[in-house]
Amino acid sequence: MTAIVDIQDLKKTYEGGFEALKGVTLAIKEGEILALLGPNGAGKTTLISTICGITTSTAGSIHVGGFCVDKDFRGARSLIGLVPQEINLEPFETVWNTVQFSRGLFGKRRDDAYLEKILRQLSLWDKRKSRIMELSGGMKRRVLIAKALSHEPRVLFLDEPTAGVDVELRKDMWDTVAQLKADGVTIILTTHYIEEAEAIADRVGVINKGQLLLIEEKADLMKRLGQKQLRVELQDPIAALPDGLGDYDLTLSEDGASVVYTYDTKADRTGITKLLADLAGAGLSLRDLQTEQSSLEDIFVGLVKEGQS
Amino acid sequence: MNWTAIKAIYVFEMARFFRTLTQSFISPVISTSLYFVVFGAAIGSRIDQVDGISYGAFIVPGLIMLSIMTQGISNASFGIYFPKFIGTIYELLSAPVNFLEIVIGYVGAAATKSLFIGVVILATSWFFVDLTILHPFAMLAFMILTCTSFALFGFIIGIWAKNFEQLQLVPLLIVTPLVFLGGSFYSISMLPPFWQTVTLFNPVVYLISGFRWAFFGLADVPVGLSLLAIAGFSALCMLAVWWIFKTGWRIRS
Repeated sequence: MTAIVDIQDLKKTYEGGFEALKGVTLAIKEGEILALLGPNGAGKTTLISTICGITTSTAGSIHVGGFCVDKDFRGARSLIGLVPQEINLEPFETVWNTVQFSRGLFGKRRDDAYLEKILRQLSLWDKRKSRIMELSGGMKRRVLIAKALSHEPRVLFLDEPTAGVDVELRKDMWDTVAQLKADGVTIILTTHYIEEAEAIADRVGVINKGQLLLIEEKADLMKRLGQKQLRVELQDPIAALPDGLGDYDLTLSEDGASVVYTYDTKADRTGITKLLADLAGAGLSLRDLQTEQSSLEDIFVGLVKEGQS
Repeated sequence: MNWTAIKAIYVFEMARFFRTLTQSFISPVISTSLYFVVFGAAIGSRIDQVDGISYGAFIVPGLIMLSIMTQGISNASFGIYFPKFIGTIYELLSAPVNFLEIVIGYVGAAATKSLFIGVVILATSWFFVDLTILHPFAMLAFMILTCTSFALFGFIIGIWAKNFEQLQLVPLLIVTPLVFLGGSFYSISMLPPFWQTVTLFNPVVYLISGFRWAFFGLADVPVGLSLLAIAGFSALCMLAVWWIFKTGWRIRS
């Protein structure tokens, strides 16, 4: 896949001297869903705003679909749809007029059939004549998405799309994103919900303090950094770990009924076979075995902590 | 030029106007009627004629100018300040439009609204006074130019303003006094010589004088100078707007 968004050494320093982006280089592939994870104030929104033309960059370059966002801003911006973090909508306008305005603003000819399709897809068609102020928070967020999609963008930026929305709507939003991906739209979403990235992203980037700490295929990331835990449930609880098991990374649960072994999945040998033999050798009888994959959240917390130390 | 975008902005802005059409229509009619009652009937009955024109008719151009200048400013300043205030400006900044297209859309809509109000006031005044317009095309041209240039000025104020108080500040403290002191309700020849000279530093004098010439063929200053003044004012405003968008002052961080 080719890069539809190409960012080279992007820097942004605000007037007060705050360095929001410290040289970000990133290539976003066409058709992928990229999740940018990071704590509040990491630089996620600044990165998106700079690509979309809301904020000016201090140094570096950005190309969207081959167009430079500064020199060929018309070409670049017409490819981009942006769903901002805040619900910024004209309260007195109707849904239909608002969406139609967005399409026109991006220079696209009127196409009521297309707008109807978008509104139906987002379950907004019945609300098309309602004024924005009459809609619920979740509906307003959908209107923002409808506006961003109204001009048929090839790249869609979703800035914290599910911040403050309920679980049901979040799932709906994920379905919408999956549908858009199926339609061939490249999606970049920022989030601080790990489960969101884990559920829908193809690739995950972790950003903190204005730096891209890593960018990787979600599955690879989990594989590379993931640790697994083997929980061995014992037939009879024990008070302390038997001698002779000191070489293993073991912890005993509080009730003494299970032993947890943490191992590296990428290591040549996980040591599981030997551990099980040694456990049996120590006279422990085993009742059950479970393994747990470490979540993206553990990886993320680890990375951010590393960055802070 | 992205004409579709200009049209989108223009239509969206005009929709705000049509939503409140009754207020937009009634308020100028009432205020004009009040001016005619107070200035035309009460005070005007004690003033015979000004330069051969009945006082009631004499104040019509000034009344129209007063309204279209203040309306032009408030419409345009609100038009661009509101998206800033509610945050919808993000869309404008991320759209494939340049500053000229944004300005044509917003200023065009604001100027249209004030032109409409100007026409309403003119129509209302016919109920109160006999009015003949000597140069109707010049009158229309002056009206359009004034609506546009003051809408441009309002656009700048809207970008400059950080809150609603600031939005009102310039129209209230600068524009209204300049309009009142600019010969809206009197000929500057009625002033003592010293104040006549001082008045010539008020740019609004040139606009009202030119506009009054279009109605009655008489002016305080030469018509060419009036045209020059309005062209200069528009050019200054355009330059300021161009600079604002080039630097992103108060709109792009």
